[in-house]
Amino acid sequence: MLEIKNLHARIAEDGTEIIRGLNLTVKDGEVAAIMGPNGSGKSTLSYILAGREDYEVTEGDILYNGESILELDPSERAAKGIFLAFQYPVEIPGVATMQFLKVGMNEQRKARGEDELTTPDFMRRVKEAAAELQISPEMLRRPLNVGFSGGEKKRAEILQMALLEPKLCVLDETDSGLDIDALKIVADGVNALRAPDRSVIVITHYQRLLDYIVPDTVHVLYKGQVIKSGDKTLAHELEANGYADIIGAAA
Amino acid sequence: MNIQAGIKLTAAEAALVESYNEQVGELPGDGNTLVARDTLLSDLKTAGLPTRRVEAWHYTDLKSLLKTVPAFLRGASAQRVEPIVPGSTVLSVVNGKAHTRVLPEGITAKSYADALLDGSAADGLVARDADDVIGRINGSFVRDGLIVEVAEGAAFEAPIEIQSVQNCGQVNTRFPVRFGAGAKATVIERHLAIGEDAALVTSVTDMRLADDAEVTWIIFQSEGDADTHLAQFKAELGANAKLRLYVINGGGKLVRQEIHIAVAGEGSDLTLRGINLLGGESHTDVTFTVDHNVPHTTSTEVIRNVVFDRARGVFQGQIRVAQDAQKTDAKMSCNTLLLSDDAEFSAKPELEIFADDVQCGHGATVIDIDHTQLFYLMARGVPENKARAMLVNAFVAEIVEELDDETLVEALEGVISDWLEKYA
Repeated sequence: MLEIKNLHARIAEDGTEIIRGLNLTVKDGEVAAIMGPNGSGKSTLSYILAGREDYEVTEGDILYNGESILELDPSERAAKGIFLAFQYPVEIPGVATMQFLKVGMNEQRKARGEDELTTPDFMRRVKEAAAELQISPEMLRRPLNVGFSGGEKKRAEILQMALLEPKLCVLDETDSGLDIDALKIVADGVNALRAPDRSVIVITHYQRLLDYIVPDTVHVLYKGQVIKSGDKTLAHELEANGYADIIGAAA
Repeated sequence: MNIQAGIKLTAAEAALVESYNEQVGELPGDGNTLVARDTLLSDLKTAGLPTRRVEAWHYTDLKSLLKTVPAFLRGASAQRVEPIVPGSTVLSVVNGKAHTRVLPEGITAKSYADALLDGSAADGLVARDADDVIGRINGSFVRDGLIVEVAEGAAFEAPIEIQSVQNCGQVNTRFPVRFGAGAKATVIERHLAIGEDAALVTSVTDMRLADDAEVTWIIFQSEGDADTHLAQFKAELGANAKLRLYVINGGGKLVRQEIHIAVAGEGSDLTLRGINLLGGESHTDVTFTVDHNVPHTTSTEVIRNVVFDRARGVFQGQIRVAQDAQKTDAKMSCNTLLLSDDAEFSAKPELEIFADDVQCGHGATVIDIDHTQLFYLMARGVPENKARAMLVNAFVAEIVEELDDETLVEALEGVISDWLEKYA
C-alpha cells in the first residue's frame, strides 16, 4: 500500500528540516500506529502524505501502490484514495457542509472516471453514515465545521472518511480533545472501515486510542526518523516507560 | 450658455452640455421642470466633473475617468428579461422608458415622465449638495422612471423586481418610492445591459419608509464592460422602520453607487450589505453615508469585495451621529479579497460622532485566499481551481445567507456563482 523510503523534508518557508531519513512500510489492510514525543515530525508526516505545499521533500520517495505520489497535488492524491483526518479540521464559513460533502465525493468520482452521484443516492449515503456517527441533521445544515465542538469536528472528519471510502486513511491525533464517549464513537467509525484493501495510519500521542483501534504495527518517530517498530505491545511499553528508554537506546 | 473664459471643459463635460442642448427640446416637463433642469446643468458646467481634489470623489476622479459620453439613442431596442427570483412581480424600464402594468393589491406604479410633464416632480430636481454630480446629471437629463407607492400595512408573497434594461446610449431614470406604515416588501432593483456599445446610465432612487415598515431592498447592477453607471440611493426611515439594503455590483466599467440613508425615526434600523464582484478593468465605487439623527437607532454595514484582474474598487463609508442621537449602535466593516497583483481596493471608513453615549465602530481587512482552507478542500479531492472558486464564493455567500428567504438566497447565490464562473 505505502512505502516511504529515506524521506527527507523541510519547511518550505524557512528550510527547517523536519523529516530526516524516514522509512516506513504499510501493507494492505494494515493498521499502523505512529507514536512519538512532541516535535518528532508526526503531523508533518501526515501533511506530507496529503501533499501540503508548505513542506518540501528534498530526498527519498513516497510510493503509494508502487507509484511515487510526490508530484501529485492534494486533490489528485485524494482522488487516488489517500485521506487525511485533520488534527484541527478547518472551519469554512459560507461553505455548507452538505455542499462540501457532495462536491468532494463527486470530484473524486469524476477524477476516477465514475458517474456523479444522484442527489437521492448522495442523501441516503450521508444519512446512513451520519447516523452511525451520531451526527445530527442540524449539524449537517451548518457551514463546514463552523461552531462545531472539538468532538463534532472529529466525528465530521470520520464521516467524510466513511463517505469518501479512501484506501489509505491517515488519522492525525484524531483522539486529541475527545472525551471517552466521543473517542468510542470515532474508534467504532474507524473500525467499521477496516478492510483487507484499506490501510490506516493512526498518529497519536497516547496509548488510549489504541485500546479502541488496535494496531497491527507500532512505530516510534523521533527527530524525523522511525527509531523503533514493533507490534501492539510496543505501545503498552511506551505507556509504561515513556519514550526515554527507546530514545536512549537509539541514540 | 457662454463658457466662462479660462474654464476648459473636458471632452466628456462638453459632450454632456452639447447633448443637453440637443435633447432639451424633447425632455418632458413644464416650465418649472425646465428651470430646474437648466439650473442643474448650469451648475454642472460651472463646477465641472469632480476631480480627486473633491473629498467625496477622491478615489474616483470622474473628470479623468469619464472619457466620453455616448449620444442619446432613439429607437434602440431592448426587452424585459426573466426576473432573478422566479414568480416575482416585474416592473420594467426598458431603455429608459417605464412600462406600467396591473399590479397586486397594495402597490401602485406610475410613470415618472407624467410627473415631469405636470410639474409635480420639479421640486425633486435638485442636487443634494455642492458635490452631487449624479443628482445634477440625472436631474438635467431624466426622462422617465417609476413612482412606486406601497399602501399602509401591505404585504406581498413574491418579491417585486424593478428592472432597468439598457441597450447603449444614455439612460437617466428616477424612482421615488413610498412605503406606508407597517408595509412589508422585498424589492429587487436591477440594472442590466444588453448592448455591447457604451451606455451612460444614471439612476436615482428616493425612498421613504413610514413608521414600522419593513423592507428588504436589493440593488443588483450587472451592466456591460463598456458602461458607466452612476447611481444614487436615498432613504429616510420612520420610527421602528427597518431597511435591509443589499447592494450587489457585478458589472460596469465605471461605477459609482452612492447610498445616503437617514435613520430618522426612533427605533429605526438599517442593515447594509454590499457585495462588489470586480474583474477586468472595472472601477467600482460604493460611497455610503448614514445619519443617525434621533436616539435609539441602529445600523450595521458589511461590505465584501472580490477583486480580480486589474479591477479597482472603492468603499467610502461614513457613520454620522447627531448630538441628540444617544444610544446609537452602529458597526461597519469592509473586507476585501484581492485575487491578483494588479487588483486594487481603497477603503475609507469614517465616524463622525457628536453624541457621547453611543456604540460605534468600524474595521477593514484585506486578505488573500486562506491557504489552510484551500488545502483542506483539496485534501478532500476538490481540484485547485474549483476549491478557489468555492472559497471566493463562500466569502460573499456568507452575507447572502443572512437573508432568511431561501428562494431569494438561492437566486442571489446563482447570480454570484454565474459571475465567478465568468471571471474566476
